Amino acid sequence: METRSDLVAKNRLIDETGLKARLIEFFTKWEVILIFIAIAVFLFFNAKSRYFLDWFNLMNATFQFSEKAIMALPMIFIIMCGDIDISIASIIALCAYVVGNAALGGASIPTLIVLSLLVGALAGLFNGVLITTLEMPAIAVTLATQSIYRGISIGLLGDQARTKFPPNFGVLGQEFVSGTIIPIEFVLYLVLMLIFAFVLHKTTYGRHLYAIGNSSEAARFSGINVKAVRIINFTLTGLFCGLTAVLLASRILSVRSNIATGWDLEIITLVVLGGVSITGGRGTVFGVFIGSLVVGYLKFGMGLLKLSGTLMTIVIGTLLICAVLLPRLLDLYKANRKLRIQAQR
Amino acid sequence: MGERALVEVRNLTKIFPGIRALDDVHLTLRCGEVHALIGENGAGKSTLVKVLTGVYTPTDGTIALEGSEVSFKSAIDAQQAGIVAIHQEASMFPELSVTENIFMGHHLRRGRARTLDWKAMRTQTEELLARMQLDIDPDTLVKNLSTAKRHMVEITKALSLDAKLVIMDEPTSALTAREVEDLFRIVRSLKEAGKAILFISHKFDEIFEICDYYTVYRDGQYIGEGRVDQSSEDQIIKMMIGRSIDQLYPDHTPTLGQEILKVEQLSQLGAFKDVSFSLHEGEILGLFGLVGAGRTEVARTIFGIDRASGGSISFDGKRFEPKSAMHAMKAGIALVPEDRQRQGLVLKMSLTHNISLPVLKTLSAKGVVTTKKREQRYVLEHGQQMEIRAAGYHVDAETLSGGNQQKVVLAKWIGTKPRILILDEPTKGIDVATKAAVHQFICDMASQGVAVILISSELPEILGMSDRILVMHEGRQMAILDASEATAETVMRHAIATVREEVHHG
Amino acid sequence: MAERSKMTFIRRAMVRREFTLVALLVIMLVPITLRSPQFLSVANINRILNDMAILAIVAIGQFFVILCGGIDLSVGSIIAFTGMVCGMVNESHPSISPFVLLALGIGVGLLMGLFNGVLVAYGKIPPIITTLGTVNIYRGMTFLLSGGSWVTAHELSVAYIAFPRNTFLKISYLLWIAFAIIGLFYYIGRYTRTGREVYAIGGNPTAAKFVGVNENKIRVVVFVISGTLCGLAGALWTARYASAVNEMATGFEMQTVAACVLGGVNFSGGAGGIIGVALGTLFLGIVTNALPVVYLSVFWQTFVQGLIILIALALNTISDQRKSRRVLQERRG
Repeated sequence: METRSDLVAKNRLIDETGLKARLIEFFTKWEVILIFIAIAVFLFFNAKSRYFLDWFNLMNATFQFSEKAIMALPMIFIIMCGDIDISIASIIALCAYVVGNAALGGASIPTLIVLSLLVGALAGLFNGVLITTLEMPAIAVTLATQSIYRGISIGLLGDQARTKFPPNFGVLGQEFVSGTIIPIEFVLYLVLMLIFAFVLHKTTYGRHLYAIGNSSEAARFSGINVKAVRIINFTLTGLFCGLTAVLLASRILSVRSNIATGWDLEIITLVVLGGVSITGGRGTVFGVFIGSLVVGYLKFGMGLLKLSGTLMTIVIGTLLICAVLLPRLLDLYKANRKLRIQAQR
Repeated sequence: MGERALVEVRNLTKIFPGIRALDDVHLTLRCGEVHALIGENGAGKSTLVKVLTGVYTPTDGTIALEGSEVSFKSAIDAQQAGIVAIHQEASMFPELSVTENIFMGHHLRRGRARTLDWKAMRTQTEELLARMQLDIDPDTLVKNLSTAKRHMVEITKALSLDAKLVIMDEPTSALTAREVEDLFRIVRSLKEAGKAILFISHKFDEIFEICDYYTVYRDGQYIGEGRVDQSSEDQIIKMMIGRSIDQLYPDHTPTLGQEILKVEQLSQLGAFKDVSFSLHEGEILGLFGLVGAGRTEVARTIFGIDRASGGSISFDGKRFEPKSAMHAMKAGIALVPEDRQRQGLVLKMSLTHNISLPVLKTLSAKGVVTTKKREQRYVLEHGQQMEIRAAGYHVDAETLSGGNQQKVVLAKWIGTKPRILILDEPTKGIDVATKAAVHQFICDMASQGVAVILISSELPEILGMSDRILVMHEGRQMAILDASEATAETVMRHAIATVREEVHHG
Repeated sequence: MAERSKMTFIRRAMVRREFTLVALLVIMLVPITLRSPQFLSVANINRILNDMAILAIVAIGQFFVILCGGIDLSVGSIIAFTGMVCGMVNESHPSISPFVLLALGIGVGLLMGLFNGVLVAYGKIPPIITTLGTVNIYRGMTFLLSGGSWVTAHELSVAYIAFPRNTFLKISYLLWIAFAIIGLFYYIGRYTRTGREVYAIGGNPTAAKFVGVNENKIRVVVFVISGTLCGLAGALWTARYASAVNEMATGFEMQTVAACVLGGVNFSGGAGGIIGVALGTLFLGIVTNALPVVYLSVFWQTFVQGLIILIALALNTISDQRKSRRVLQERRG
C-alpha cells in the first residue's frame, strides 16, 4: 500500500497544465470541499426550517460555538507541530474556578480577566516545559495534567457552584455589539481568527510552525529553536483557556467544577475537521474557520429540527473520518487518473 | 577449508534510478569458510547484502544456492532458504526477552492448541547460548544488553534458524577488544560447524585474523578476489583505492587568512574523543574516516546540535560554546547535513520556503512579517547562483532529484553568509554533473575567505579538494596530513588504524 | 549455580515495573492501615476490587491498542452503546438469561472494534483520529437507539441486575469475570503467536515485517480485542449500576489510559504487560478509596490520580534516560 506522501510525490511529478486537471486539483482541496459542505448545510436547514436563515437566529447561534472556535485557534498551532493537548478543558475549569472565587471575593472585572489569563498561561507553560524537557509524548503528559488541573478545581470547589459575579460581568459573553445583532463573543472570535491566520500564514513564526510539523529535525538544523516554539504554543493555548474561561463564566454566570467537560475532544475535532493534519505540518486557519461554522450550524439546525444532538454526534464523527479518508482516496484517484493519461500517451 | 560452493553470485547488477549500485559483480561463498567482502563506503557491499537477504531484487544476474538458482521475493524467503544477516543496526525488539527475540517469527508450539512452548524455547535458547559459551540470561530484556551482547543474540538467532550462510555487516564496529575476541571465537565455531560466513569489515587486522578468503568491490564493480594468507595488506589496499583519479577537481590555491576556529581536546561521550585542530579563513579542511569514525558527530557538536562532554572550541580567538544550531548560525557557522531528506530539507515545503528558512528573520519586516517580494528576490538570487533545475520555486522539495535537492540545501546556507561552512558528505548519491558543481562551489567559497570543513567518505574527493586532511578512526583523531604529503595510501592506512599499530610495534 | 540464578531472579524482579508497583502499594498501605485498620478488611478489599473490575477489563483492551502504538478513545462510547443494547433487550425480554445478554454485548462490541480496526489498518487513518470519530458516532448511535430516554432499574430484570453481584465461593461473578479476563489475556499475550506479534509490531514494525508479521491483521486484532472487552464491560455496567444511561462511561477512555500508563505501558509501543495493567488499575482503586482514610475529601481524587500518573511518567522517562547513558558509556568509554 502506498503512503500518502508517495502518492503526492507521484502526482506532482506529472506536470499539471490542463484546465481539467487544475479544476480537479482545486475541487479536491479539503477547504473547498468544506465550503460545499457548509453550503449544503445551509440549504438543507433552510429547506427544512423557515427559522434557520434568519440573521437574528444565525447570529444568536454563534453564542453556542464561539468559545470552542476560539479555543480551536491556538490548538491549530499545537497540532501543526505534531503535538496535542487534551488538558485544555481542565485548564478552562481551573481558570473558571479562579474567576468565580475571585469574584466572590469582590475582585473587579479587569482583575478577574488578568487572573484568569495568568493562571491559564502558567498551566500551559507547565505542560510545555514538562513535554519538552522530559521528552515525553504530549498526549501522555496532558493526560496527567488533565486530571491535575481538573482535580484542583474539583478539590477546591467540590459540588458547590460560584454564581456571584460583579455587575456587568455578563456583558462579555451575553451582549451584542451596541446597535447591532452581532454578539461581542463572535466579533472577538473573528478578530482573533484573522490574527491567527495572519500569524500562521504571513509571519516568521507561522513558517517555523510548518517547518517543525513537517520535519522537526530539519527545522532544528535550520536554526529554529524547536523547544521554545513548542513551549510557546502550549503557553499560548493555556492563555486562551484563561480567555475562554472568562467568556464562558460571563455567558452562563455560574462556575461548577465540571464546567467544559469533554471540550478537549470537541476542539481537537474542530481542528482536524478543518483539515489540519494530526501528524503536523499541514492545514490552514481558514479551513478550521469553515469547519467550526459547519459544526456550529449543524448543531443549531438540528436543534431547530428538534433532533437535539442525536444525529449530530454521528454526523460530526463521520465528517471527521471523511476529513482524513477522503483526501487519501482523492490522491489515489488522481494518481490513477494520471497513470491512465500517461498510458494513453 | 570447505570446497563446495554454497552461494554463487554471477553477473549481478542492481540499478537504482540514476545509480548503478552493483555492476556485473561476482561472489563465491563456500561452506566452512569466512569470506571477507572489502570495499570503501559506497562500493556496493550493503546493496549486495540486501540482494542476498531478499530486501532488493536484482536488476540482472543470478544467485545460485547449493547449485540451483534462487530468487527471493522477500526477506522471509531468504531466511527460510538459510541466509541470515546480522545487521549493523540491530533489528531487534528491545522490550522483549532474549528468548523471545530469538524465536520471534518461528515460535515453537505445543499441543493441539498450538500454544507457544516457552519452556522448550527457553531450554533451546539456553543450549544455544551455552554452545556459544555466552553468559547471557535468556530472560533478560534485550534493551538491557550491551551492543556486543545484542550482536551475540542475533548470531544465536541465526543458529536457531539453522542458517547456512551468516552475513555479518560490520559486526565489530561498536565492540570492545574483549568483545571482538568473543565474537571471533563464535565465528570460528560457526566455521567449524560448516557454515559459510560473509564478513564485511573495514578493519584489516580483523580480516587478516579471521578471514580465509576475500573479494574486493569498488564503485559497484568487482575488482578481484584471493586467499587472505596469500595476500598482503598493501595488495588489498591497492585494490580498494586503486582507481585512477580521472575525476578533475577544480584548482584551488589557498590564501589563508587568520585562524578562525580552534578546537582543543573536543570530546563527546560514546562518539569521539580528544579531537584537536585549527581552521583558517579560506582553508578547506578534509575530514576523512570510515563509517562510525565520529566525523558527523564532530560536525554536529561544532554546529551546536549536540553538546560536547569535554574540550573547548575557540571562535575568532574567543571561547565558543554553541548551545543550539541558532547560536552557531548567528556566530557564522553553517552545516550542510548528511541526511538531506530528513535534516537538510523540509521535503513538503516549497523551494522558496526551504531556502529562506534560516534567514526568515532578516527577510521580514520588523523581523516578524514575511514580505513576499523580498523573499522571492532573495530566493531567486541564491537559487540561480546554484543553478537549481526545477519546474519553479513553488514546487515542493520532495519532487526534485537528489542533486537538485542538494543545490537547494547549499542555496539555503550561502544566504546566511557563513564564515565557516561544514559540509557532511555533500556529494553522496548525486550525479556527476552536480558533483562537479558542488566541488566548484566549495572552492569558490574558500576563495572568498570562507573556512570549509569537508566531510567525505570518498578518498579521491578528500584528496582532490582539501588543503589539509584530518583522519579519524573509531572516534579518535589519527593524524592531520598536509595535502602535499597525503596519498591515498597514507590516508587510508590512518583511517583503518594500521599506522598506529606499526608505531606501537616499532 | 542455584545461588546465581536465584540472585538474578531477584535482580530481575527488582527492575520490573510490576515489582515497583507492588512495592509502592505496600508502602502506601502501611500508613493507611495504621490509621484505619479496617481498610484491609475483607469487606473493604472486596469493595475496592469490585469497583475496579470493569476498569480492569477495559484497560486490558486499551493496553493492546497502546502496545502497538495506537490509542482507543472510543471505549466509553462502545460501553455506552452495548450497555444500552443490553438494557433495552432486557427491558423488552425480561426473561432473557444474563449470559445471553453478555454474549450480545460481546458480539456488538466486537463489530464496533472491527470497524475501528479496519479504518486504522486499511483506511490508514491514525488511531487517534479514527477513534475520535467513532467516539462521536457510537455515542450518537446510543442516543439514536434509546431515543434519548433511560432504561431504569425497575425496567431491568432482577436476574440481570443480580448477575454481577451473585457470588461463587464468596467472590462476585463480576470479579470472577475480571480475573478470568486477566488470566485469558495474560495467556493470549504470552502463549499465542498473535499475542507476541502485537509486541513485535509495537516494538519494531520494520523488524516485525522481516520476520513475517502481518501488520494490518495485527492492527485489526487489537481493536477487535478492545471492542470485544468494551462490549463485555457494557453488558456488566448496565447490570452493576442497574440502569442504562446515554451518558454512561463518558470520559472512561482517560481512566483506562491512566491504568495502562501506571502499569508501565509507554506510548512509543512494544512495552508492558497485563499484570502491570491490572496492578495499575488496583493502584488507582486503592488511592481513590484511601483518600477518606487520610482525611482528604474524595473531591481530591482526580487531582491525586493525575499527580500519580505524572510521577509514573517522569519515573519511566528518567530511568530510560539513565539506561541509554549507561549504554553510551559502555561504548568506547
